[in-house]
Amino acid sequence: MPNTTRIIRVLIGKPGLDGHDRGAKTVASVLRDHGMEVIYSGLHKTPSEIAEAAAQEDVDVVGLSILSGAHMSLFPRVRDELASRGKEDVLLVGGGIIPAEDMAELENDGFAKLFGPGTNTDDIAEWIKTEMKKRFEAEGEDA
Amino acid sequence: MIVAEKKAPIAERLMNGDRNAVARLITWAENGDGRFPKALAQFYPQVGKARRLGVTGPPGAGKSTLVNELVGHLRTQDRSVGVLAVDPSSPFTGGALLGDRIRMESRTSDPKVFIRSMASRSSHGGLARATIDACDVMDAFGFDDVLVETVGVGQAEYDVVSAADTVVVVLCPGAGDSIQAMKSGLLEVADVLVVNKDDMPGAQRLAADLGEAIHIRLAGRGKWITPVVMCSAGRGTGIEDVAKAIEEHRSFLGEMGLKQARNTKRVGQVRMVASEWVDQAVWSPEPRWNGTTCAAHVQQELSAGSTPYDIARNLRDAIMAGKLQDQPELREQA
Repeated sequence: MPNTTRIIRVLIGKPGLDGHDRGAKTVASVLRDHGMEVIYSGLHKTPSEIAEAAAQEDVDVVGLSILSGAHMSLFPRVRDELASRGKEDVLLVGGGIIPAEDMAELENDGFAKLFGPGTNTDDIAEWIKTEMKKRFEAEGEDA
Repeated sequence: MIVAEKKAPIAERLMNGDRNAVARLITWAENGDGRFPKALAQFYPQVGKARRLGVTGPPGAGKSTLVNELVGHLRTQDRSVGVLAVDPSSPFTGGALLGDRIRMESRTSDPKVFIRSMASRSSHGGLARATIDACDVMDAFGFDDVLVETVGVGQAEYDVVSAADTVVVVLCPGAGDSIQAMKSGLLEVADVLVVNKDDMPGAQRLAADLGEAIHIRLAGRGKWITPVVMCSAGRGTGIEDVAKAIEEHRSFLGEMGLKQARNTKRVGQVRMVASEWVDQAVWSPEPRWNGTTCAAHVQQELSAGSTPYDIARNLRDAIMAGKLQDQPELREQA
């Protein structure tokens, strides 16, 4: 397609009652500085609010942040809400205080990647860019 | 994504109420995707029913909060609303943090409301290049009202005029004296002026100064006299007055006036798109002018001592006479 520009659009979501969003805001700023268009959901969103925002914004990536420990119940619900809106193809990632065994389980269950504390923020951006590049190329071949 | 697109033509899904079609078409418009003009051709007959409202003003004046309140007001009348909220892109990385949505978050779960954040990308007039396209998409989907919120503007960003039937300029106290209110620029594009945060000191004074400036400029000319309305969007007071002023402007325009104004604005849009395509074609990295790229040709001419105006005149004449070489991307997009 001539002159088509793909810019990666991301929704950073904070599901549930956890009120700590410094990490989410940090990641949002870093992704912005890596040239992405980032929408931040704000605090205390339900899985359906996050999925609905992701659908309206037609984002390529949804990143969930959680520090409350409720990830095993909330993350899969966001995934299901996305699927019910026909958005099962979204690149789904997450981060926060999540034990390694839970990370492994989520990564087997629709989440592309979980990032724990101490992750280099630029690595998150680079990982997303690499992943999206593959997807955009695959789409280009399909279209 | 791909699977969904194969269900039915996207324009059809749009007109049948598929909200994902709204979202995807706006993405295509933003990306300059060649599929957008084709889809537009199919749903364009449905465009023209929605009322289009533009909300502009300096950063922090309360645009998003006012838009949120206006959406609430329209919802009490059971009108469906599409919102386009534009925020700036970084001139350095192209990235953007789109934050207007947070102030409208209570609307996300309302099935009669659709909010889309847009980054301004390469535009500098307060909107994104694709905002008018996005308005058309929402219009064809069937939203009764489309609200467009610009980036926070300074004194000279007027693109909102091209996207809206009625333009609301939101100001708040504490940002300048009565001479600011008399300057050319932002205030002239306002159909309705809103003094937000009317509980803050200086709000009455600002409203009086604005009223005075408008009176000097417009009184006795038989034109629409821009009303000055005070409100506090944060506290939800005065919203009815703002809505009433918007209604009055619509009545003033009337059906004929609205149609005329919209036609004039469409001419502007065609001009913009055509200029963009010509620009891309002419300055393409392909050889265009006497066997070389336009940029290289211009440099040769400069080295030979021609002035910029002479070269520009030659280029214009070459374009008008069809003397530039084959321009494949022009044909592809048409």
